[in-house]
Amino acid sequence: MTMPSHTAPTPAPAAVPARPAVDWPGSLKDAATAAFVALLLTVPLVGLRTVDRPTGLSIEARPDEVIASIVLVFLGRLGLGLIRQGLALPVLVLALAAAAVGLALPMPTQVLRLVLVAGGGIIALRAAITLTTGRSKLSQAERDRRMDRVAAKVQHATKYIAPVAIAFAVALPLTPLADRQLLDIGILLLTYIMLGWGLNIVVGLAGLLDLGYVAFYAVGAYSYALLAHYFGLSFWVCLPLAGVLAACSGVLLGFPVLRLRGDYFAIVTLGFGEIIRIILVNWYQFTGGPNGISGIPRPSFFGIADFTRTPPEGMAAFHELFGLEFSPLHRIVFMYYLILALALVVNVFTLRVRKLPLGRAWEALREDEIASASLGINRTNMKLAAFAIAAMFGGFAGSFFATRQGFISPESFTFIESAIILAIVVLGGMGSQIGVVVATLLVIGLPEAFRELADYRMLAFGMGMVVIMLWRPRGLLAHRDPTILLHGGKTPRVNAGAAR
Amino acid sequence: MDYFIQQLINGLSLGAIYGLIAIGYTMVYGIIGMINFAHGEIYMIGAFVALITFLAMGALGITWVPLALVVMLAASMLFTSVYGWAVERIAYRPLRSSPRLAPLISAIGMSIFLQNYMQLLQGARSKPLQPILPGNLTLMDGAVSVSYVRLATILITLVLMVGFTMLISRTSLGRAQRACEQDKKMAGLLGVNVDRIISLTFVMGAALAAVAGMMVLLIYGVIDFYIGFLAGVKSFTAAVLGGVGSLPGAMLGGVVIGLIEAFWSGYVGSEWKDVATFTLLVLVLIFRPTGLLGRPEIEKV
Amino acid sequence: MSVTEMTETPLLTVEHLTMRFGGLVANNDVSFVARTGEITALIGPNGAGKTTLFNCVTGFYTPTVGRLSLRHPDGREFLLERMPGYRIAQSGVARTFQNIRLFGGMSVLENLIVAQHNKLMDASGFAIAGLFGLPTYAKAEKAALELAKYWLERVRLTEFADWEAGNLPYGAQRRLEIARAMCTEPVLLCLDEPAAGLNPRESGELAEILTFIRDARNPNGHRTGVLLIEHDMSVVMRISDHVVVLDYGRKISDGDPTSVKNDPAVIRAYLGEDEDAELPPEVAGDLPASVVHPAPKEI
Ligand SMILES: Nc1ncnc2c1ncn2[C@@H]1O[C@H](COP(=O)(O)OP(=O)(O)O)[C@@H](O)[C@H]1O
Ligand SMILES: [Mg+2]
Repeated sequence: MTMPSHTAPTPAPAAVPARPAVDWPGSLKDAATAAFVALLLTVPLVGLRTVDRPTGLSIEARPDEVIASIVLVFLGRLGLGLIRQGLALPVLVLALAAAAVGLALPMPTQVLRLVLVAGGGIIALRAAITLTTGRSKLSQAERDRRMDRVAAKVQHATKYIAPVAIAFAVALPLTPLADRQLLDIGILLLTYIMLGWGLNIVVGLAGLLDLGYVAFYAVGAYSYALLAHYFGLSFWVCLPLAGVLAACSGVLLGFPVLRLRGDYFAIVTLGFGEIIRIILVNWYQFTGGPNGISGIPRPSFFGIADFTRTPPEGMAAFHELFGLEFSPLHRIVFMYYLILALALVVNVFTLRVRKLPLGRAWEALREDEIASASLGINRTNMKLAAFAIAAMFGGFAGSFFATRQGFISPESFTFIESAIILAIVVLGGMGSQIGVVVATLLVIGLPEAFRELADYRMLAFGMGMVVIMLWRPRGLLAHRDPTILLHGGKTPRVNAGAAR
Repeated sequence: MDYFIQQLINGLSLGAIYGLIAIGYTMVYGIIGMINFAHGEIYMIGAFVALITFLAMGALGITWVPLALVVMLAASMLFTSVYGWAVERIAYRPLRSSPRLAPLISAIGMSIFLQNYMQLLQGARSKPLQPILPGNLTLMDGAVSVSYVRLATILITLVLMVGFTMLISRTSLGRAQRACEQDKKMAGLLGVNVDRIISLTFVMGAALAAVAGMMVLLIYGVIDFYIGFLAGVKSFTAAVLGGVGSLPGAMLGGVVIGLIEAFWSGYVGSEWKDVATFTLLVLVLIFRPTGLLGRPEIEKV
Repeated sequence: MSVTEMTETPLLTVEHLTMRFGGLVANNDVSFVARTGEITALIGPNGAGKTTLFNCVTGFYTPTVGRLSLRHPDGREFLLERMPGYRIAQSGVARTFQNIRLFGGMSVLENLIVAQHNKLMDASGFAIAGLFGLPTYAKAEKAALELAKYWLERVRLTEFADWEAGNLPYGAQRRLEIARAMCTEPVLLCLDEPAAGLNPRESGELAEILTFIRDARNPNGHRTGVLLIEHDMSVVMRISDHVVVLDYGRKISDGDPTSVKNDPAVIRAYLGEDEDAELPPEVAGDLPASVVHPAPKEI
């Protein structure tokens, strides 16, 4: 199961690797090839930059950056090559040194610092692994098995983590820590968690790759905004309506395409997402076009009280109702609880539905459609149900988004939004509820925490998607527990891959 | 009538561009069965390399247009192919045997990465370029005027298509490529270096996309880091329309989409042209998922 | 109606079934019947069109020409050639696949529960009653679990109930697939080469399971007819009550095992010569199906 290693014929860990002669010419040639590719990649785009001048477009050369990248690629590749040839220790030291230099010394650009620290760190890690296990890297299967064990542990720990996390989330606004900014971030995270859990129903359970989930988010948001704008309906009336409308649009869009194969389906949903966005942009008489809709009413306290200092006729003021000092924060706290509740609804739904025939049929369809049909499962209906339910949750989230922002425009519903939500689901580990939370913290939380690097946010996001897929194609915390046990877990269940 | 011919030429040149990009999608799908979502970005890189090459030559004082065009074409194809190669090597090859979604997600990540990479390096503003190949060919006593660039686009595409078809059908490389499309494992057993063939497929696709990028730069005179997304989706539509896996199909699909777009813009209005394309994509997939020239696919139980 | 009469009425009637793929005629004017309480074996060399016939019966292909009717012991009748696959399954036809198709990532028990989808779906009120934990659903699920346990016991997989189905050994996967099909409580069970890849001991067990299915009444009281595609002649001759032989898509023989075994047409089809020989068990070839007719390339 393990990859043959060039260094250690004896698998004993920590054995001093029998040292074959280091193949210097080979390693150097390999590193030089990599450096040459780096040269070709960087010369046109990194080395030459277009600059806008008053006289028109002109160009500027940056040979230093090209040289830096080539040198770094050369050294990195050489280091990786040498690790495998018994020189792990020196490489480890050098890589750590590079990382330290990157951290400590002043650098001309942040990128260089990042490359030094990250690159040095990764190489050092590899070298360290080689030193301890005698292998330069884990094989895919081995890595997958280890991660699966971790994921299983996390999954089982969720029983205890979840109540704590929920209690924490509930208590957070009541602590003195809770200022406007923290609550805003909390709301943002919860919105994405809710969207992630919603999309998880389609992607994780039913196995349908939906690249246009944001369309339903948009339908929900615009439903509320337009209903409020044209008919003056309140948020509490519109919330279920938005859900219903989104679910209907899910059925409408889903019906014709559900029988398409995996990635065709993905592309069509992407097309639908774009169609809805283009309609929002172009039908400006109705939707306000690119300018969007502003002045979307804020929610009241369940139609009983309002969060303003002086509420309109016939409405109590929230702070008076509860005998509190007026604070603009009340509304934010209320919103926070609202989205927390909505997100938990999705979560509870998913947990329960997995144990119902509907949820089991979804998972069966994901595993094998043909076998499902042979058992009398109506594929179209089941998939439509998944699509509609996920769309409905998307619609709820959308109308929450509209009321929270008070302003919406098609800008908020681009493909990249869908990609982010999908990334949350897939990176977290398909079907894993806790995975969605972890991935949201990574994908949304981290960039919020490092706002000064905002420019690099999407760059890192894209790179992160690639790296996590390479590292663990099934997603970080992918792990599935059976929904029903005969022996109550007494007979140890064999993990994926162990008996194959 | 003259307006019609004008739109026809516009549609054909646009279609040639979509077709060139679509070939990359179709070949990659044919050989490894994945949608190379980052292919639109490759085309965008092609356009940028062409622009930068032109500017660099200007800075070096080379202004003779024919030379400039040839160098642009060569540089764009060369450097862009390296990007195509690198994308496959880094983001897709390790995922060959993974669950089906993994390479697609990786490709989406790659696409987002490349877009932002370009934005960071070259700026978010769109890049205007003065016409390199100005002038029109007037026909029918001046009733129809066709710009030289558009004509050149159609011509170059035709030449490339002929050459490319020869490459695929006549050379041993093309034979190996087709063999891998049929059955990678068997081809491997028979001594075809499958990895190399797959790399070459990406390189060829990227080179053609680079040509498309350069053409767009010449025709429209303005590019930005975001052009890859829409063009990518539309070209994918073209590939599906023509029948995924079929090279002439990709070209045909591209032309059909180009024509629809041109006539839609010309007679209906340009705001809704993208809806027209996407609707077409949906309709084709629903009613004829094998496309115009594709082979039917049977679910084997 | 008396019991004997009921067994007399054919369960499945195939009339003039023809299935074409372009120029290739995979089934050519095939007619036969299968009865409740019998094992009907469908044999023939590789590529004879047996799997294709199954796919027509179970709705994965729509026959080019022909009539397929299913008559339940209670008299209800279904015209299978007009129904989509999942409806055919709902009307009491279950099947297994030549290349095992389990829900590999789900547990063994879950595979059996999924098989009872329609029953449970009704009980859960399209998930609504289930979501709110109403007692009707709890009861139905308990009954489903009992049925699953019954079949787990029958195919001797009880101790593996909580395993991932994909991790089971090959023979166990074959048995699980049969159990899963039986959990749909079918009146007709179609088995596509269930003994392929099994060792002699395992195929002996399989034969036992099949005769059990034929002879026993299900927990719900009705009996199941079996339609069996099999290459292993020892199994076929031992357990089947009725044998239909296909060759190049045509039916060349039909009758009880002994008469079929001695039918010159059958011997010719298998051996290519009019030899007076016993059918060797491995004549049909043990090549894996993928070698004989590779799956069409997926685009
Ligand atoms: N979906 C299909 N498309 C085209 N030909 C098929 C298809 N399914 C089966 N065939 C052909 O029909 C013939 C009978 O196949 P099959 O029914 O699988 O035979 P077997 O008796 O071995 O099960 C074979 O020649 C096979 O190639
Ligand atoms: Mg067969």
